[in-house]
Amino acid sequence: MSAELDSLYQEIILDHYKNPHHKGLRDPFEAEVHHVNPTCGDEVTLRVHVADGVVADVSYDAVGCSISQASTSVMTDLVIGKPVEEAMSIHEEFLTLMQGKGNVEPDEEVLEDGIAFSGVAKFPARVKCALLGWMAWKDATGQSLDSQSISSQGGTDD
Amino acid sequence: MEGLLPDLEVVRKDFPILSRTTPDGRPLVYLDSANTSQKPQVVIDAMVDHLERHNANVARAMHLLGAEATEAFEGGRDKVASFIGASERDEVIFTKNASEALNLVANTLALPGPRQVGPGDVVVTTEMEHHSNIVPWQMLTQRTGADLRWFTFDDQGLLDLSQVDELITERTKVVTFTWVSNMLGTINPVAELTRRAHEVGAIVVVDASQAAPQLPIDLAAMAPEERPDVVVFTGHKVVGPTGIGVLWGRRELLEELPPFLGGGEMIETVTMERSTYAGLPHKFEAGTPPIVESVGLGAAVDYLAALDMEAVHRHEQAITAYALDGLSGVPGLKVLGPLDARLRGGAISFELDGVHPHDVAQVLDVRGVAVRAGHHCARPAHAKFGVQSSTRMSSYLYTTPAEIDALVEALHYTRSYFKVD
Repeated sequence: MSAELDSLYQEIILDHYKNPHHKGLRDPFEAEVHHVNPTCGDEVTLRVHVADGVVADVSYDAVGCSISQASTSVMTDLVIGKPVEEAMSIHEEFLTLMQGKGNVEPDEEVLEDGIAFSGVAKFPARVKCALLGWMAWKDATGQSLDSQSISSQGGTDD
Repeated sequence: MEGLLPDLEVVRKDFPILSRTTPDGRPLVYLDSANTSQKPQVVIDAMVDHLERHNANVARAMHLLGAEATEAFEGGRDKVASFIGASERDEVIFTKNASEALNLVANTLALPGPRQVGPGDVVVTTEMEHHSNIVPWQMLTQRTGADLRWFTFDDQGLLDLSQVDELITERTKVVTFTWVSNMLGTINPVAELTRRAHEVGAIVVVDASQAAPQLPIDLAAMAPEERPDVVVFTGHKVVGPTGIGVLWGRRELLEELPPFLGGGEMIETVTMERSTYAGLPHKFEAGTPPIVESVGLGAAVDYLAALDMEAVHRHEQAITAYALDGLSGVPGLKVLGPLDARLRGGAISFELDGVHPHDVAQVLDVRGVAVRAGHHCARPAHAKFGVQSSTRMSSYLYTTPAEIDALVEALHYTRSYFKVD
């Protein structure tokens, strides 16, 4: 019984839950989003700063369960400092793992601490928790890129 | 323990699902009955028998099965009317669920007619409602230019009745509130609020989704000035099936309200230009109704009546008191709502310091204890306590003290698993 729980709540997850990385809202940022999980009320406000095609910072404020909080913390570790394109492919990899119903073998080279969430994929009710911060990040990053392309277009027109 | 249903073990045998186990062989401890109740064999059998032997559409099939199906469907209405003490069977309208019943009232009040709500009018609800008794009224007031106002509640989870004079005025057209809160458990003063609303000519709509399963309801025994104008509840919380809700309304009011959905069954005559409408209850029942669901609901309320709703209520109070006592022994646990079992229903929401409700529910589930975690469709009530969500245990007539012990033990285990100490 405890083994079932332990496959969900790996030590890495509980560590990130107790001591989340990169938490708090910071400047500068181009986009801020607010995502909720309507079934349970978990919420995240998340900011993204992209500079020269690199994810320069991700900052956030969130309330929610251990899975959603730890997943957001791990996500920031994985994407900050990475070129946007590479960060997006890590996002894809994590999404595939979460939607794999426990049948996907995670690539530790790519997902690092993120592999701790492979157990979550076996608990359908918790997959949304694990994806809350990741979806917010993708949304904010898209908006951030859009705002930069608009302002750079504006610059060309001048 | 005093107050428990006599022959509780025999009663439990009526509910086949209670004898199943979890995948690792643990007995199932079902403490999510405010979400949906389990079903006794007699309800399951009644529905199967209907589908096996009497199935046809109602009121339009001119053959043996059509007549039997119509009799069975309308028989469900008779049983529900008797269960709530309605003076007339035709005042019982079947809907899809309690939400649809509330939407029926809120939508038809926006339409032209003697009860039409308009600019300057006030609709009063409360801060402890289920979303289904907030959102339809927001939609009504936004569409009509009326004002939506609400009672707040105190730290104990009791409505602040000092706001009565300010909220219920000559401008107030509708006062709506839950009889028993699905989150706080609070039992609200139906008679007192209804009397005050009637003094200013407002109609009273009561959400009895949590009350109907656990309190005796006798509309006929209520003084007319203290009797709500509309009472709604849902079938699946009173040991009946999903897919059927009940709207009881006072005949004069239901006749004043325009039809809600148009279609078959709700008409008298139809030409291409216009239609005239059927009388009650069919005026509000467009299309093929929930037929087998009515059969199941009829069997369900008969089952509850045979147990005696006074006895069911005593059982709930005894279990709730025992649960409140057990929960008070869990360190860091805070109950959101009244701590006196006599003031509340059987749904107990709580916070456990240091562990998120999702994680509580997950650990309990592994121990075979089923509870709900989240906002229970009552976000405003949670916001009042400064939280997003809570864990909720909800007992019912089949809940045993041993199941409460299992919950409390699993909560201690949850704290140790998350190393809260």
